[in-house]
Amino acid sequence: MRDPVTAATAPHFRIEVRTRLSTAAAVAGLCVVAALVALPWYAPRTALKDMFFVLTLIGLAQCWNLLAGYAGILSIGQQAYVGAGAYVLFALSIFLDLDPLLSIPLAGALAALLAIPTAKIIFRLNGAYLAVGTWVVAEVFRLVCAQIKSLGGGTGTSLPTDVTSGAASVRFLAETMGVRAPVARDILAYWLALTFAVGIVAACYVVLRSRQGLALAAIRDNEAASESIGIDRARTKFWVYCLASLGAGLIGALVFFQTARISPAAAYSVTDFTAYVLFVVVIGGVGTIEGPIVGALVLYLLRDQLASLGAWYLMLLGLLAVAAMLFFPRGLWGSLAERFDIHLFSTRRRLVMPRAEPSEDLQPLPHMIQEEH
Amino acid sequence: MVSGIDIVLQGVLLGGLYGLFAAGLSLIFGVMRLVNLAHGDLIVLAAFVILALVNGLGLPLPLAVVVAAVAMFVVGYVLQYVVLNRTLGRDILPPLLLTFGLSIFIQNGLLEAFTADSRRLSAGDLETASIALGGGLAVGVVPLMTFATAVAVIVALNQVFYRTAMGRAFRAVSDDPVTAQLMGIDNRRLFALAMGIAMVVATIAALFLGVRANFDPSIGPARLIFAFEAVIIGGLGSLWGTLAGGIVLGVAQTVGASISPEWQLLAGHLAFLAVLLVRPRGFFPRAID
Repeated sequence: MRDPVTAATAPHFRIEVRTRLSTAAAVAGLCVVAALVALPWYAPRTALKDMFFVLTLIGLAQCWNLLAGYAGILSIGQQAYVGAGAYVLFALSIFLDLDPLLSIPLAGALAALLAIPTAKIIFRLNGAYLAVGTWVVAEVFRLVCAQIKSLGGGTGTSLPTDVTSGAASVRFLAETMGVRAPVARDILAYWLALTFAVGIVAACYVVLRSRQGLALAAIRDNEAASESIGIDRARTKFWVYCLASLGAGLIGALVFFQTARISPAAAYSVTDFTAYVLFVVVIGGVGTIEGPIVGALVLYLLRDQLASLGAWYLMLLGLLAVAAMLFFPRGLWGSLAERFDIHLFSTRRRLVMPRAEPSEDLQPLPHMIQEEH
Repeated sequence: MVSGIDIVLQGVLLGGLYGLFAAGLSLIFGVMRLVNLAHGDLIVLAAFVILALVNGLGLPLPLAVVVAAVAMFVVGYVLQYVVLNRTLGRDILPPLLLTFGLSIFIQNGLLEAFTADSRRLSAGDLETASIALGGGLAVGVVPLMTFATAVAVIVALNQVFYRTAMGRAFRAVSDDPVTAQLMGIDNRRLFALAMGIAMVVATIAALFLGVRANFDPSIGPARLIFAFEAVIIGGLGSLWGTLAGGIVLGVAQTVGASISPEWQLLAGHLAFLAVLLVRPRGFFPRAID
């Protein structure tokens, strides 16, 4: 990937992206993923459901982080694509009887297509107004879905069992693993969640390491200056928005395949798909890949311990987010990374100057030697 | 024909309420470029404060509104001075996320304190009173009062903005905060004052919200969206534009509702998106942002 200009003038400096720590982290990450793939063989079904929650949250949070942390698009309406993905999945399953392995990716893709015309309209707004604009779009999606009588209108509908537990892929899984169909469905949903979460994290990493990633970092650091060095800000923002919407659509389709029950209020829930996601990114650290992962684990622990408190639990989350913004605006991981200079995902480019030869440095200059005589 | 006029008339009067929701938002944005995502929830909070004063202390409604307005002024002042001022800067992410967190906090706090039940402020006979306009047309007294109040609030805010020393300071800070500080203006105190005034307007909005319809702790975000749409349709930085935006939104909603009740909200949102397509800066833009 070395371009001719640097190659020609080479040995003065080189650009290093990988660090020893990031290599170690990559190896450890692969081990964790391998352990997670094997989870259905050694963990109980409740563990799968908990991990499903964490993984989908990581996926959504990573997408939102790409939007807000890197492209400067403050969306509080990504539930639009979660809901759209879910509704398209239900339509494909109920009307066309597609297998979930096919309909979930397709639903995500179709939801992402909706992002194209939406972006054209809402990108006329800026900053904080864009944020509320995205929310309006999500409301429009919700109200339109409530009008679709064949999908249950305002009250919603359920997935028929022949596309959930009775789907060909689920039955195949049940037979090969020797489990009941509902268990097989949970396992399939879990593996898909793992695939999406790892895929989204990997996609974010690849994007940030690419030329486009440099453009994003430049936009994040200074919008006006980024344009002056030739970055097409509007185009970069547009494709990032579409990419993040694809992620949200995929996760939305998957979440509602797992619950098998949909309603406009649930599919376009601001609390579930925006408030939690914002919390995760804020607590973990905006603008880092590690942040959303850390944040998702924190939210899982909080939910596990405190969800029974109901409204108090949500008040606490709101208060924690406020406190984090005031005192730790870089989040848990962001603060740690800054303090100790730890970067597990090597997206930074460092300039490495060749180290001067030690012998040259230490040898006394010739005229000094002469003077000693 | 008469029913057509009636629909538009009701829509205009509904626009008065949306103008009231939006006036506070517009004021804050104008002075300090802050989009307060908790604005809707603060309006609902004010409504519950009025309710608590009426039901709990037995105050008559007008007195309760005055007390609530004073209380909300203090809430706004302190909130801005202690919390929000710390996040203002070039980056808009911190204030946005902070007010979103605040919105969640207020909603669930109200839920815990007042349960999810629908409430209403009682204004006695006034609630059902109406004035006949002839030709089968009639307007309710409360909607009419809402609209008149919206106009009065905007006249008053404009007087403050263009006739007082404080208003001059507001405009100076809005135009150029750094130079304003060099001229001896204390931005932090001024922003806190602006938020306090916005909360007084929010309390007035809360009164009409509560008298006209039921409210519960969850309706804040929807009010915020209406307020925001009114501000954008009207154009940033113009209070009269904000009222005009509220009217456009109100008319779109009543026309939608006349087709089918389910279409009320959708028609409003679609009107907003349509305005965004043809006039991205709204109808009466003043500020360039």
